[in-house]
Amino acid sequence: MENRITKLFTKKDKEILSLYFTAGYPELNDTETIISTLEKHGADLIEVGMPFSDPVADGVVIQKSSEIALDNGMTIHLLFEQLKEIRKHVSVPLILMGYLNPVMQFGIENFCKKCSEIGIDGTIIPDLPLEVYESEYKTIFETYSLSNIFLITTQTSDDRIRKIDGLSSGFIYMVSSSSTTGAKGAVDQEQLAYFERISKMELRSKRLIGFGISDKHTFQRACGYSNGAIIGSAFISSITGVGTVTEKVIQFMKKFD
Amino acid sequence: MNYQSDDKGYYGMFGGAFIPEMMHQNIDQLQNSYIDIIESKSFKDEFKLLLQDYAGRPSPLYYSDRLSDHYKTHIYLKREDLNHTGSHKINNTIGQILLAKRLGKTRIIAETGAGQHGVATATVCARAGLECIVYMGAVDVARQSPNVEKMKMLGAEVRAVQSGSKTLKDATNEAIRDWINNPVDTHYIIGSVVGPHPYPDMVARFQSVISEEIRIQLKLKVGRETPDYVIACVGGGSNAAGSFYHFLHEPSVKLIAVEAAGLGVETGESAATTQLGKPGILHGSRSLLMQTADGQVIEPYSISAGLDYPGIGPMHANLFTTQRAQFLNATDTEALEAALYLSQKEGIIPALESAHALAALNKIEFKPDDIVVVNVSGRGDKDMETFL
Ligand SMILES: Cc1ncc(COP(=O)(O)O)c(C=O)c1O
Repeated sequence: MENRITKLFTKKDKEILSLYFTAGYPELNDTETIISTLEKHGADLIEVGMPFSDPVADGVVIQKSSEIALDNGMTIHLLFEQLKEIRKHVSVPLILMGYLNPVMQFGIENFCKKCSEIGIDGTIIPDLPLEVYESEYKTIFETYSLSNIFLITTQTSDDRIRKIDGLSSGFIYMVSSSSTTGAKGAVDQEQLAYFERISKMELRSKRLIGFGISDKHTFQRACGYSNGAIIGSAFISSITGVGTVTEKVIQFMKKFD
Repeated sequence: MNYQSDDKGYYGMFGGAFIPEMMHQNIDQLQNSYIDIIESKSFKDEFKLLLQDYAGRPSPLYYSDRLSDHYKTHIYLKREDLNHTGSHKINNTIGQILLAKRLGKTRIIAETGAGQHGVATATVCARAGLECIVYMGAVDVARQSPNVEKMKMLGAEVRAVQSGSKTLKDATNEAIRDWINNPVDTHYIIGSVVGPHPYPDMVARFQSVISEEIRIQLKLKVGRETPDYVIACVGGGSNAAGSFYHFLHEPSVKLIAVEAAGLGVETGESAATTQLGKPGILHGSRSLLMQTADGQVIEPYSISAGLDYPGIGPMHANLFTTQRAQFLNATDTEALEAALYLSQKEGIIPALESAHALAALNKIEFKPDDIVVVNVSGRGDKDMETFL
C-alpha cells in the first residue's frame, strides 16, 4: 500500500497542518478521541508522542505531559492496543514520535511490525542518529514501509542536509531554531535567514517546520518557507484544564479555519 | 580483548553517540578534534603544569598501617581527597576547560550530584574567566549545601532542578537541554565517563593520571608497578576509570568496582546498576541502565549524591559484561561505617562516595602479601551533616 504521508503530499503541498500530542495525556484513554477529533476538524497529519521519563529534547510542556501520561499508566504496548482499530475510521497519516530507549526495549523489529499492522506511516525518534539508522535500522523500517523522519536545525551543515534529504522518505522536520520544544512567540530574523537558506537548497524532500509554532500567525509565517508546520506544546497546553478533551480540541482547531 | 573505546566510541556493545540532531554540531566537533587537541604538545604541557601547580598533583599514595593490620594485607590509599577542591573531579575539569578555550567557547555548563564536579567546574571557570552555570537536583542542593555555597562564592550560578527524582539524572537532563538551547557559545563539561562519544573516552583520559601515578608510586614503594587489587567506587565511573585505566590490560590486576546498594540491592531503593540494569540508552550512550520493562528509567536511590545515578559509563558496562572487573556493592550503612572507621583509625574523613569503595574491603578475602590500592576519590567535608 502507498504510504499515506507520500499520498498526502501529492494531494496537498501547502499549509499542511500537523499536530503533536502525548499519548496518555490528559487522560490515559484520550488517544483515539484526540486523533479522530483532530482529523474531523482539519488536521492533515498527526504525531502521537510515546512518553519517556527523560525527554531531553523537550521543553517544560511536553516534559509535564509525558510525566502525567506515564503516571496515568501509558506504555507502548497500551498505545498499540488503543490504536488497534484506528484505521477503521481515521485516514490521515499517523506518525509515532518518541525516544529510542522505550522503542529498543519493545524491540525494533517488533515495533515496526506492530506499526505496519496498525497502519502507522512513520516515526520520529530524535535520539536515533542518522548514522545508526543507516547502518542498523534502515532495512527493517523499509521492510515495514515506515518512513523515519529526520530533523535538521539551524546548526545543520549543508552537506548533512543533503545527506538527510537523500535518506528521507516522508518529509524533513525542520526544527525552527536551536532549542528544545516549546512555544517561543514570534519568528525572528535569524530564523527567517535559516528558512530562506533551506528554501534555496531546492531539496527533493517536503519540509515541515516545527518547534515554537503556536498559533495561526506563526503557522502561516512558517508555511511561507515550507510545505507546512507542526504544532506541539501549544496544542498540548490548550487541551489542559477544564472541559471535555473533545471540546478543547475543537476550540483549538477553530483558530486555523 | 580491548577494553578501550574504538574510534566510534564503542566499548564492545556499549557506548556510541545517541543524540538528537540539535546536538550534532557540537558533538561532531568534539569527536573530530578531541584527540588532536588533547594529544598536542601545548595542551599536554599546560594540562600537566596545572595538575601539578594548581591541583597539587601527584596525589600521595599512602600506606595505611592500621587498615593493613586490620585486613591482614597491604593497603594503600590513593589520596584524591587531597586534590584542590577535594576530589578527583578537578582532573577532568582542568582538561575540559583547556579544551573549551581551544574551541573558542565562552560559556560553561555542568551537571553535578554531590557538588564536587560543580565546585571543580566553578573553580576552573573562575580561573579561566568564563561564565559558569551548574545544574543540580533540588534534593542534592539540600543534602550537599556546603558545595552549593562554594560554587556561589566561586562566581557560578547554581540552578536547582525540580524535575524527576531531583537528583543527578535530572540535573544531567537539564544541562543537555541548556546545551541544545545554546549551541554556539557553550561547552558542556560532563563530570563522569558518561554521555555521548567522545565524553566517556575523553573524561577517562583526563582521569587516567590517577593510575599513571599509582604505577610510578608503587614502583618506588614496593618495586613493582602493578598491585593485586585496585578498588574504586562507581557513580558514572570516572574515578574508577582513572584508577583502572593503566591496568586494564594487565590481567594480574584485579579491578574492583563498587556500586551504591542504597538500602540494599533487593529493596527497590538502590543505585546498583549492574545488579539491577539492562542494556539501554540514556544521556547519549548505550550502556547498562536501571529501567522498567517499558524502557522508562527507574529513579535510583543512594545516601551518596555522587553515586545516585541509574546508569554507569559504557566502559564499565563492558568491564562488567566481559567480567574484566568485578562489581561489588555497599549499602548506605556499610558506607557510613567504613567512613567512620577510616576517620578514627587513620584520621582521614572520606567522601560518602569513596566510603563505598572502602566498605568493599570487608567483602574480599585478601592474601597477606597482596598489594591493594583503594582510591579515596574525595574528602568528606561536604557530608558532615549526613555523618553527624
Ligand atoms: C568524591 C566523589 N567520588 C566519586 C564520585 C562518583 O563519580 P564517578 O563515578 O564519576 O567517579 C563523586 C561524584 O560526585 C564524588 O564526588
